[in-house]
Amino acid sequence: MVKSLLRPFRGCISALGVRPQIWGLTPMLAPVLLILLLSAVSAQAETPVLQPIAAGVYMHQGQLGDYAPENHGDLSNIGVVVGQRCVAVIDTGGSITVGLAVRNAIRAITPLPVCAVIFTHMHLDHVFGARAFVGDAPEFIANTKMPRALLMRAAKYRTTLDLLGDEGARSDIVIPTRLVEKTDRLDLGGRILTLRTWPTAHTDNDLTVYDEVSGTLFLGDLAFREHTPVLDGNLKGWLSALTVLHTESAREVVPGHGPLASSIASAIVPEERYLQNLRTDITSAIHAGKNLTDTVAELSAQPAGEWKLFDLFHPRNVTAGYAELEWNE
Amino acid sequence: MGALAVSMTCHATEADDAHRWDVTRNALFQNRPLETPPENWLQLEVPVRAEDAAIVPVTLRVQMTQTPSLYVQRLYLLVDKNPSPIAAVFRFTPDSGRADIETRIRLEEYSNVRAVAETSDGHLYMVTRFVKASGGCSAPAGKDLEAALANVGRMKLRLDGGAAKLNTPSGVQLMVSHPNLSGMAMDQVTRLYVPAYFVRQIQVTYAGIPVMTADVDFSISENPSFHFYFTPRQPGELVAEVVDTKDQRYHQGLSVTPVAGTN
Repeated sequence: MVKSLLRPFRGCISALGVRPQIWGLTPMLAPVLLILLLSAVSAQAETPVLQPIAAGVYMHQGQLGDYAPENHGDLSNIGVVVGQRCVAVIDTGGSITVGLAVRNAIRAITPLPVCAVIFTHMHLDHVFGARAFVGDAPEFIANTKMPRALLMRAAKYRTTLDLLGDEGARSDIVIPTRLVEKTDRLDLGGRILTLRTWPTAHTDNDLTVYDEVSGTLFLGDLAFREHTPVLDGNLKGWLSALTVLHTESAREVVPGHGPLASSIASAIVPEERYLQNLRTDITSAIHAGKNLTDTVAELSAQPAGEWKLFDLFHPRNVTAGYAELEWNE
Repeated sequence: MGALAVSMTCHATEADDAHRWDVTRNALFQNRPLETPPENWLQLEVPVRAEDAAIVPVTLRVQMTQTPSLYVQRLYLLVDKNPSPIAAVFRFTPDSGRADIETRIRLEEYSNVRAVAETSDGHLYMVTRFVKASGGCSAPAGKDLEAALANVGRMKLRLDGGAAKLNTPSGVQLMVSHPNLSGMAMDQVTRLYVPAYFVRQIQVTYAGIPVMTADVDFSISENPSFHFYFTPRQPGELVAEVVDTKDQRYHQGLSVTPVAGTN
């Protein structure tokens, strides 16, 4: 009933210029649905939703793909850190399905409450699972610039969620309740998480999380592995952030996409090379007097090399990079 | 009942799409015929798919040199399914040399994009292209609102190849740093409010004579960019004046000494 009232509204947002509406919370889903969802995300049942990566630290690795019913929007990595007092979740996946599966996996690990849900940035594949945790009444934490960036994209994101059908309709944005301007600390009980924002890089609202006890660094989408990096911020800023990261160290590094890395260097070096090449190639094209259309056409033909989803994201990166870099010339 | 009414108004169908275009068409051209131009006379270059929904490059090209006896006086750039379908109306003079424009638009969803050329003898010619929506969760929002606000009104004029040619249509790019925000009503939960704030008018003159003016809106991307032509007949200053929705005016000038053309 709730669904039938909401859905017609969803389709109208852009057509009528209606503002994105943050819906009230609807009654929780039936347990039967939870089980269905859980099995959907851990596709082949034998892969647990959460993999342990250090004592009290877990990671869910998202799939490589674009939004489609078969992947449930499970397209980005999720971190879970268990303290003595409570649990922090870092990113929530791209749909309620993913969020609920992770929440259920946490319940199997610890009875401690989820006290913090941290967003590494506003992209839909990281935020649309958040509603799964609303019943736990955690703090929802993000970069100060994140709510605005998310709301400016909300109408388009809801259109994308429609691709998932009902589970897309049940997914929704949760507005952060605690904002981080520069850095912040979060005490989970005997375990401090350090939260840190960055100048515009992957997006204008990137935030990373460091667990001091285990030495685990959650880089969000400052780090892409295997998945072609996606530029929705500032190319030069992103390369600067990577330069800073090279001077730091961590024992385990969780990227926003792709597998766990055992050092910062292994997490960011291939991506850094990709972004440097992107900058070099676009700059050359601009120097040669090529316009945006011709530059995208020329550079889109480059080989994908090690990168997955290259055809989807590389032309987009060339477009965004060109619009940024032409101001330098 | 309220929900039912909304549903009936909003369900996007082909009929709705056609209706949106009818509204735009009637507002701009009333009953005037929109003719199919001679082959290749009017070209509209857009990508098959929007790679980045916030920056979709568009090129409008007219295969005709502007002359006082016959020239394109207006070029309309229309995006059927954007919240504001009239993205830009460009006006040219014989001194423009060519009625060609390159710019970048936002694309809310898959849409027809149209170019309509109005000639000085009163004909309207239209070309339509379909652009598929972007994949990969790309949204038509700016990349760095704070930076765009910090640099608002910063402008650049850049001549193709660094020089203009005497008595020859010469290309130039105008870049304007501006967030070009479509605006968003206040969200009741967050109390966030992003007002509409965009470039609405552009006037470019060379040696005091208009070469290109345009009425534009937030369908144009963050940091608007326009490439167009002018025909320098003597040394002079190229001057761009931009006005935004706060009635702030920004100027940028470029002294041009045209080199002998190889026309």
